Parts: sequence; C-alpha cells; structure tokens
Amino acid sequence: MNKEKQLFTISVYTENNIGLLNRISAIFQRRHINIESLNISPSEIEEVAKFTIVVNMAEDNVKKIIGQIEKQVEVIKAYYHDLDEIIYQISGLFKIKSELLFEERQIQNIIKESNARIVTVNKEFFVLEKSGKKEEIVALHNQLSDFGIMQYTRSGLIAVTKEEMKISELLETYNN
Amino acid sequence: METQTIKNQEKAAKVTERISGSEAIVRCLIAEDVKIIYGYPGGAIMPVYDELYKYQDKIHHVLTRHEQGATHSAQGFARISGKVGVAIATSGPGATNLVTGLADAQIDSTPMVCITGQVASHLLGSDAFQETDIVGISTPVTKWNCQVTRAADIPAALAKAFYIAKSGRPGPVLVDITKDAQFEEFDFSYEKCTKVRSYVPIPKTITGTLEAAAKIINKARKPLIVWGQGIVISEAEAQFKALVEKAGIPAAWTILGASALPTSHPLNVGMLGMHGNYAPNKLTNECDVLIAIGMRFDDRVTGKLDEYACQAKVIHFEIDPAEIDKNVKTDVAVLGDAKATLEAILPLINTNIHKEWHQQFKDLYEIEYEKVIKGDLHPTKEGLTMGEVIKEINIQSKGDAAIVTDVGQHQMIACRYAEFNKTKSNITSGGLGTMGFGLPAAIGAKMAAPDREVVSISGDGGYQMTIQELGTIFQQKAAVKIVVLNNDFLGMVRQWQQMFFEKRYASTEMVNPNFVAIAEGYYIKAKKVTKREELADAVKEMMESKEAYFLEVCVEKEGNVFPMVPSGASVSEIRLA
Repeated sequence: MNKEKQLFTISVYTENNIGLLNRISAIFQRRHINIESLNISPSEIEEVAKFTIVVNMAEDNVKKIIGQIEKQVEVIKAYYHDLDEIIYQISGLFKIKSELLFEERQIQNIIKESNARIVTVNKEFFVLEKSGKKEEIVALHNQLSDFGIMQYTRSGLIAVTKEEMKISELLETYNN
Repeated sequence: METQTIKNQEKAAKVTERISGSEAIVRCLIAEDVKIIYGYPGGAIMPVYDELYKYQDKIHHVLTRHEQGATHSAQGFARISGKVGVAIATSGPGATNLVTGLADAQIDSTPMVCITGQVASHLLGSDAFQETDIVGISTPVTKWNCQVTRAADIPAALAKAFYIAKSGRPGPVLVDITKDAQFEEFDFSYEKCTKVRSYVPIPKTITGTLEAAAKIINKARKPLIVWGQGIVISEAEAQFKALVEKAGIPAAWTILGASALPTSHPLNVGMLGMHGNYAPNKLTNECDVLIAIGMRFDDRVTGKLDEYACQAKVIHFEIDPAEIDKNVKTDVAVLGDAKATLEAILPLINTNIHKEWHQQFKDLYEIEYEKVIKGDLHPTKEGLTMGEVIKEINIQSKGDAAIVTDVGQHQMIACRYAEFNKTKSNITSGGLGTMGFGLPAAIGAKMAAPDREVVSISGDGGYQMTIQELGTIFQQKAAVKIVVLNNDFLGMVRQWQQMFFEKRYASTEMVNPNFVAIAEGYYIKAKKVTKREELADAVKEMMESKEAYFLEVCVEKEGNVFPMVPSGASVSEIRLA
C-alpha cells in the first residue's frame, strides 16, 4: 500500500554546521534517489537551519530515509509530509527582452492573468517573478517560451506544515 | 612545562594555561584516559608527534607500518576492551589510508577516534602538497567528523569526538586539524563532553513495548533468539544469559555477536547466516516468534528477505531507531540500550523450557554433524582441514583465547568452530569484510589486553594485505600468535567460482612466498606444518610461546565451507554440500 511513488517533502531541522549538507545528500546519493528540489534556510528557531527536500518515492522508503537522516549527530529532527499536509510555494524568475513587452500585446495579458510580478525593467530586458505551485510556474513558462525567454530559473520548494512542528519543545527536552 | 605543574593545574577546575594546539591534542587524549594510540607520522601532523615525544611516559604511540594498520589496530583495541581506539595520521595519503578502517568501524559499530593533520588553513582548497578533503571523503564512513582550523576549537572538538564515538551505537569519528591550528597558542582547558543537543544516543523505550514483547514471548511455542554485537557493546551478557535461561529459548548469533554467550551453553544453538549452522537457519523459517537483540538483519544473516521468518512475529531490541523495519518488519520494537531493556523485561518473562522445540535444534545439529562437522574437525582423508586447526587451538586455549580473524573461508571456519568462554573474544571484520583486518587488529587486541591470549587467524590472501604489520609486532614485542591457513588460493572466491562460475578460477590462485622466512626476517619465531601428525605439537608450541609466534598450516587446496545459504536464497534453502 505504501509502495507507490509520490511526492513528499522532507523537512530537516539541524544545527547550522559546515558539512551537514554533504552528509544529508550522501544519504540520498547512496540509495540512488534523485532529489527533486532542495532548499536550506534559517528556521523559526535561532541558529537552527531547515532543509526542505522534495523527493518522489514510496512512503516506506521515505520512512527509512528519515531514520537515516535523524541518525546524523547534528540533525535535530526530520519529518516527512505529502503535499496535502503542507502549504508550499515555488518561485520562478523569467528574464525576457524588453521590446517584447511592447511588441507582443499577448505578453501583457499573460502577465496580468498569471498574477506574475515585474521585478525590474530596463532597456534590454525585464524580469518576471511568479510564485505558486510548480504547475503554475511551468504553465507560465510554457506560455512565455513561445516568445523567447533569455533566462529562466525556478527555486526549490519551501513549505510550512498545517500541523504544528514542535521543534522548540523538542529542543527544550534535549536541553534538560 | 613540568609534569608536576600540569598535574597541579589539572586539579583546579577550569584553570587555563597557554599551550599550543598540538600540545592540547595530546593533553585532550590524556584527559580521555588514552594510553595507547596507533599511527604514522608525516608533514602535517609533525607538531603533534613532537608533543607525543614529550609526553611518551603518558601515551604510548605505536608506529604501525601503514595507516590502514593503525586503524585496524585501534579497532582491535576497541573491540576487546570496549574503549575508544585512537589512530593518528598525516594529511593526504596518510588520511586516505584511514578510509578502509573507518568504513569497517562504521559498519561494525566500533568506537574509534581518528585524528588527521591537515595543511595550513590558508592553503585549504588550493591543491597544496598532501592536501586532501578528508572530511568530505570520510563523511559517508564516519558517525561524525569535523575540521578544526583554530587551536581554541581543539578541546571541544576532541571532547565531542570521544563522546560521540563511544555513546549510543558506537562508531568512528574523524577530526581533521590544520597545521596552523596545531602551532597556534591558546588558553587551554578541557571539559569532557556529556551531551550534544541534537544527538540522542539512547532512544527512550516506548511505553508498553516491553509488556507487549513479554506477552508475545510468554505465549510463544517456538521462539528463537537471534543476537548480535549489541549485547557485547552494551555489556549486557549477564542480563542476556538470564533471559535466555529463564525463558528457555534457543539463541543463535551473528558473527559479531559470537562469544556473548559461551559456546558451550546448552541454549547456544550456533551461528546464523550464509555459513552459519544448519539448525538456526532452517528453524528461522519455522519459529513462531523471532526475538532479535542488538542485531541489524544483515543480508548475510537473512538471505532472501521475502522468505525470511515470514511466519514469525518479530520483536526487535535495538538502540538505533533507523534499524527498526529497515530490513525486516517488526511487530514490537523495544528501543533502548540492551542492558537496560533486557533487565527490565526479565521480571515479565515466564519460566519455560520449550523441550520439544529445542529437540528440533538437536536433531538438525546431528544431521549437520554427520554431513559437515565430522569431516571438518575429525577428517580421515588426506589434507589438513581448516577446522582441525581451529580444534587444536581450542584444545590448547581451553576456549579462553581471543580469536582475531581476517576475511574469507578461514574466518567462517574459525567463527563456526572456535570455542569461546569469555565475551569480547571474537574480533573480526563482519560488515565490511575487510581482508587484511586480522593481523593489525590482533596487535591492538593484544596491547589492550596483554594478559589474554590473542590468536590471529588469516588466510594466505588477507595476510599479505597487511603483512607489513609484522614489523609492528616485532618492534612492539606484541606476543600475538599468528596462524596462516594456507591453501594457495583466495579460497572463498575460489569456492564461489567452483559453485557458481563452473570452476573458472580467475585470478584466485596464489603463488605464495616463503612465509616462514618472512616472519623470521622480522625475528619472529616461525614454523610451517604440512602433515596432520605435526599439527597438535606445533599448535601447542605456538600457544605456549611467551613471544609472538608464526604458524603456517598448509591446508587442503580446494576445501569448501559448508553449510551455505547461496546468495539470494532463503535461509531454509541452506545447503550441506
């Protein structure tokens, strides 16, 4: 029942140490698991970092991966969630020739309809930013690619959970 | 600095004194009660060696002949004593030569601290002479590692290293220290580490699991205990024996678990896995409750997982939560340190004997004895067997020796037939299967336990992988008894070639040197035995020697190890021939 592959986010709360990324990524590499996206940022707790890792795998295997991650000395706690259990966002950046903004009226409609934001405009190019679900960014990319995109990049997924993450309390118990 | 001054200052809490990073490293080792370290000097670690020279009355540095030997010696030291083994090496090749030992210690949960010198911090990342990213390289094979670039960080890093290596499920730790940090002076003080915020060495036993496990055990009609090194590491031998005896449950061991319960104990039903005993393998697939204690269901133990104990309820006593359900799905997981959990469950367990069930083990043992053991231990045909050599060692040691093995056929035979009265007596490379482990590990074991008889048993292949450590044995006057079971083959691979590759003996035949002459070249007493009638006396002479002694026994060339669970087969498909 848990053998079917699906997208999961793995949230890892860690000490902020050099080398930990290497240690965590090695866990995936060793088992030949492709990381769909990875984001490392500060968390709600001072000096505690948070990894958000997206993988496409079976739940049984995610559980094993969580065990291996938590086994690392400097990992405080790891959780996994399916996409229904989290609120998440991905950002996309599109660099496009400025002349197209005036020559192709369709682009203006696309920008309006997609709720994309113009970050900057100059003579040569303008930059569009769109945050949302992956599908929305991909859709925007598909629409814009007909006109030619100079540069395109998409961020890793970042997420907060619907349920409470009791990291502070956990740290409290570790401290005692 | 005078020793007396140091002592006085150490007495006062939190007193600091200005010393170099390299002296601090040595002082940290002293503070951790380290008395023997194994290593090899080189450019980037020279400041530390300079301090070791000054502190040689406190720390004995053993110059091995290769850094790999230093790690295996440190492992042997750790495995026989339960203490942290320490190895030290320079940067670059010195550091990379530690990797095999680190990987071995990682997979076999051996507490070890490795200290490496590193190029000066301003050279990091510049491809400097003897620079290598040992922290990057060793990450997958260490429990924890770090790089120190400032002298002031050395005490805390080493304190943490020792704590992490030894606590919970033990493992190897590497601390890489740049040369400038070794030279830098700072105000030294040392505080032992007792806690790392993000690290839970011993997980809490989940409420109700002990009771649930006890209930299943008490109801079981055909229970089987499978135990591993966890018993040895947590020093739970007494608690384990009490449980086995009270519940009357047959108990079988993984090779790293061997010797935790005496071989002669009536409820010890032998070794598990690929070359283990017939009964415990067969009956794994017949038991109604499988109680795993401090073991991790390695594939060499389980064979084909889909056909492993599927009929049984599985109880897993384990310190590492990541092992739960990793390979075998458990019904009840009892997390915690084996000593504590076994002690806690004992009052909940009913007295039992399981007489008929135990008879099944005895019946299968008889079959194995007739088909395999008799021929191994009491051969009548020409050609010495490995088994009869082990038997002679048993006779001489009376089961009190620590047996250190290498990897291959001789290892399986030694583990199957060696008699152990005492715990921590079977030192072998289990998980990694490192050929070359045996000889240097025996050195470490002998130095950690000089009062114990330590017998190193190797094959002619693995022996030559670290044969240079004969130099260490000679220099240290380590009274290790060295047995090489020589069949002029890489025997285990040859056995597989015979069984699964239609006897195409690709690169397994060894043209061997004069081993006796080599040992004698290192001024080690040596003898070679080729005939059965010479064996008993030769083993006796070796065991009675007060010094190191080398004994080569030429055994039959194409002997095979049975029983055998073929790779990928179920444990109940174990073959006797």
